[in-house]
Amino acid sequence: MTAPVFSAVLGRDLRLAARRRVDALLPLAFFAVAVSLFPLGVGPEPNTLRQIAPGVLWVCALLAAMLSVTQLFAADQADGSLEQMMLASGAGSASALSVAIAKAVSHWLLTGLPLLVVAPLFGVMFDLSGRSIAALCASLALGTPILSLLGSLGAALTLGVRNGGVLLILLIVPLCIPALIFGSGAVSAVESGASARGHFSLLGALFIATALLAPLATAAALRIATE
Amino acid sequence: MTDSPSAVAATDLACRRGERVLFSGLNLAVHPGEIVWLRGANGQGKTSLLRLLAGLARPAAGRIEHGLGRERVYVGHANALKDDLTVAESLMFLSRLHGFDTRAEAHEAALRRFGLWSRRLAPVRTLSQGQRRRVALSRLCTAPATALWLLDEPFDALDAEGVAALNLLLAEHAARGGSVLLTSHVALSLSSPEPIVLSLGEAAAA
Repeated sequence: MTAPVFSAVLGRDLRLAARRRVDALLPLAFFAVAVSLFPLGVGPEPNTLRQIAPGVLWVCALLAAMLSVTQLFAADQADGSLEQMMLASGAGSASALSVAIAKAVSHWLLTGLPLLVVAPLFGVMFDLSGRSIAALCASLALGTPILSLLGSLGAALTLGVRNGGVLLILLIVPLCIPALIFGSGAVSAVESGASARGHFSLLGALFIATALLAPLATAAALRIATE
Repeated sequence: MTDSPSAVAATDLACRRGERVLFSGLNLAVHPGEIVWLRGANGQGKTSLLRLLAGLARPAAGRIEHGLGRERVYVGHANALKDDLTVAESLMFLSRLHGFDTRAEAHEAALRRFGLWSRRLAPVRTLSQGQRRRVALSRLCTAPATALWLLDEPFDALDAEGVAALNLLLAEHAARGGSVLLTSHVALSLSSPEPIVLSLGEAAAA
């Protein structure tokens, strides 16, 4: 990985997001709307809401991440920026890997981190206890990077495919299921008074494995897409 | 041809696009100080050849050797510009990405050369096609002096003034030992150095 390529791509993506603030806020708005629908649909029974809260918040975070990741590389491919990124600093595997990591980090900073910030509010809305809300934030802090890493892999794999967005969700959502299970499981465990240590350990292991493997696969997919 | 080590040399190169072989058995060498005009009919593989030499794609057969320590600059059909960035930011991003000169003076000189200095704070979205092409080409000025330039239809959308600026830049680049391989569907109006014409149909026994 080469640091100048990483910082150039990340800096540019953040600057582009700052120029298009409404676009950048869409995943967050989707999350807020989707989460708010559940109390309306299920009914305002506090016990039921408290029980479904971890799953609802996690599923909505997953969907928000998947919906926002579909266009991660598409615009750059269309205008030729992706080609230039692949050629950065003497074409090679290093630049592709830097691009893959920078894109996943920028996606997390623009969707994962904002979700993490607003999640406690929605925890309160579902009447979760303080300890559960802390567990929710911790599980999302470990889990949303997994979603961004896997999502960017899906975006790279479906580059140039028609209806890539739907295909991406079909490909990547199954891979996100373990994160979903252990993430929402951690919150449920704390909510029912049990220890969530096992859930967090597995979530951490998943994060490390994804962080090591997903960027390599993303880089390979990008090289194929630009060839 | 000169005896000096070539900036890029390809031997027995073949390129395949899906099932179709675009060209095979292609030999070419570009030496320092040379400007090579790659010609060929539409669909014969000019762009594919440039992408092979740039390192974006791998050849179906054959070998490509790059001159030692020579950077490659590839300016493709697409300008690689973002609508929401300004002219100066776009140039800065591409220069940083490739590890080119990022000093403010170099960028000012590059933009002045292409008549874009007064538009440096304008978002790319507000530029015309020709102006976008100029921004894309301006990064040639920030690249290392003896780099190999691979230009795909660089004269596209440029007006007379832009063509003159690019011609001057090409001549200067060749004079300081740089090399250029370019495609163009219009005749080159470049006199010194005389561009070497390489016809893709003849160079490759397809």
